[in-house]
Amino acid sequence: MIAYFMDHRDMLLGAFFEHLWLVCETLFLSIVLASILSYILLEHQKASQTVIQVFGAIYSIPSLALFALLIPFFGLGNATAIPVLVAYNQYLLIRNFMTGLTGVDASLVEAAVGMGMNRRQVVTKVRIPLAMPAILSGIRLSIISTTGIATIAATINAGGLGKILLSGLRTMNEEKIAWGTILCVVIALAADLLLKRFERENTLLLNGAGK
Amino acid sequence: MAAVTFKDVYKQFEGMGYPALDHVNIEIAEGEFVTILGSSGCGKTTFIKMINRLYEPDAGEILLFGKQIRDKDPVQLRRRIGYVIQQVGLFPHMTVGENIATIPHILKWDKERINAQVDAMLLLVDLEPQEFKNRYPAQLSGGQQQRIGLARALICDPRIMLLDEPFGAIDAITRENLQNELKRIHTESKKTYIFVTHDIREALKLGTKIMIMNQGQILQYGTPEEVLAHPADGFVEELIQTSGVSESLLKDGDGI
Ligand SMILES: Nc1ncnc2c1ncn2[C@@H]1O[C@H](COP(=O)(O)OP(=O)(O)O)[C@@H](O)[C@H]1O
Ligand SMILES: [Mg+2]
Repeated sequence: MIAYFMDHRDMLLGAFFEHLWLVCETLFLSIVLASILSYILLEHQKASQTVIQVFGAIYSIPSLALFALLIPFFGLGNATAIPVLVAYNQYLLIRNFMTGLTGVDASLVEAAVGMGMNRRQVVTKVRIPLAMPAILSGIRLSIISTTGIATIAATINAGGLGKILLSGLRTMNEEKIAWGTILCVVIALAADLLLKRFERENTLLLNGAGK
Repeated sequence: MAAVTFKDVYKQFEGMGYPALDHVNIEIAEGEFVTILGSSGCGKTTFIKMINRLYEPDAGEILLFGKQIRDKDPVQLRRRIGYVIQQVGLFPHMTVGENIATIPHILKWDKERINAQVDAMLLLVDLEPQEFKNRYPAQLSGGQQQRIGLARALICDPRIMLLDEPFGAIDAITRENLQNELKRIHTESKKTYIFVTHDIREALKLGTKIMIMNQGQILQYGTPEEVLAHPADGFVEELIQTSGVSESLLKDGDGI
């Protein structure tokens, strides 16, 4: 195992960083889009259930099918992979963001509006800080999910660890498959640990033990 | 000039068979401490929330210090009105000092001014600044939390304070202290206070004027002595009798 890694270090690490980069790009775009949509949905809470259901439906489409559907429009590679991965994340992110943002105690919002905060200030100073646990757990879920689904993106030439897994499968190279899997797990676990730590620190702060 | 004027204000919420405010007319003079008394659902909160435009009237006009509030930007209007609610609404992720400084911070006061004012407000509500400034709301008792709620509402020195059952969830002894302090703060400040309660003793003790409401209408507006001596109608009379407060109690002054 170790010997295999040493011999193919460049290939494995190259795929690892390619994968990590794909996850980071996806995550960045996903969070930006989900934040904008959540901000809008806060003002239109009746529409928010519908929007979440639509993204839920998209989330349930097998990724292979969704990649195939988009190839005619965006071609092969990242141009198709990233929109698909971003679309999947919207369900996990928006659902969690909205749960957190709308779950804030109504009397806190009333106090905030009543003292003269404008809409933006109510969101940035009250809703977002108090929704942080839900926001972080949405991000954590979406990193884990993206890390997994991004391996499928190798089928449309998006590279990353999926490439290792695919060629390992094709040649029945067990060591290659194992290393592809391990490196995926490394990304997911690292993200999981990191965000859980943020969540814990945040919870302590929210419970008023921030000192 | 009156602090607050309601001219034929009417409000009916969607899906409600009767109006929450039914053609209300009133003039509240500057410097009064008005206590609004009435049973639950009679429109007290609605009345208060119309003044800081958390609710808008369906018809009629509301004037604040002689100016139409509908011509003002609601956000700017609210920054000049103190607002205190029963649930207090302290932000749990901010320290006491940060809570009190919320609006000064938004208004970009300089740091020294904010610090000085936060300390002054804490002293005003009888809390030691050094001891309390850096605590979080979860580390305070209910009474202390409402003191912070008051400090936060007072920091911009508003000409008018709206208080919606601020002591409703506080135990009797603490409540008594808070009432005394609020009365002192009002007397020193000469500002206009509008205070909702459903406790008639509290209404009589604090109010320079009492406003009695029922089913969206104002039944009586007068000094505590007037209301006790000449109840406007059967409803007011019954309210006074069932609460067991008599004129003699009022004359005992501090007895209530
Ligand atoms: N936001 C609202 N939406 C619908 N109905 C409301 C709303 N606020 C108050 N009401 C109704 O208006 C009436 C007066 O309510 P409120 O002013 O809160 O009474 P009070 O403060 O005297 O208990 C009640 O019947 C209440 O159900
Ligand atoms: Mg009320």
